[in-house]
Amino acid sequence: MITDIRVQSAAFAVGAETDRFAAAVAQAGGAGAIVTFTGLVRDLPGAGGLDRMVIEHYPGMTEKALKAIAQDAAGRWPLEAVLILHRHGELHAGAAIMMVATASAHRAAAFAAADFLMDYLKSRAPFWKKEITADGSDWVAAKDADEAALTRW
Amino acid sequence: MDVLYFAWVRERIGLPRETVRTEAVTVADLVAELRAREDRYAAAFEDLSALRVALDQELSDFDAPLAGVREVAFFPPMTGG
Repeated sequence: MITDIRVQSAAFAVGAETDRFAAAVAQAGGAGAIVTFTGLVRDLPGAGGLDRMVIEHYPGMTEKALKAIAQDAAGRWPLEAVLILHRHGELHAGAAIMMVATASAHRAAAFAAADFLMDYLKSRAPFWKKEITADGSDWVAAKDADEAALTRW
Repeated sequence: MDVLYFAWVRERIGLPRETVRTEAVTVADLVAELRAREDRYAAAFEDLSALRVALDQELSDFDAPLAGVREVAFFPPMTGG
């Protein structure tokens, strides 16, 4: 399986990353399906708008955790390739925070694996988000639903 | 051992990492030592259910032993994605 895991502060272009992923998959023998997901910074209309979001992470542990999550997915579905790209630092509303891509012989496996990666990324990868508005700043709280989502796998 | 703090735990304590000399047997023992130090530590460790711990960069539990561990990290539940 091709595994591409990147944690970076730099912005990325979803289209270019998707093309690069598809080209790597094609070169490795191809797949029947590629699923991509992109997470964006949401605005906060009720609080006078989001000034910026700051994403903190745990260098070293983050990469290890993402690799383990990708390997776990590969053990559950027949995957040809996995991409996990996650940003840290300061981001503004509308910016892409992260993306995942999966490639498999079949659509159902590619979708399920991408969904699984997202559920585990949310509560098992050491990232923390802080929202900064005109009114102040708050760390985004983890939701019980995020933890509960893991039980379906 | 190195003790690391992230997100609001880091903000409450006021530093991202420190080296701690301890004979603590478990994570809970270490937390008790830290809490006894100063108010800012007591505030950070007030509610353990709001915290997670990683030992040498692997998620762990508060009753886990510290023998052989070099790096302990405390942080709130993660919010990636």
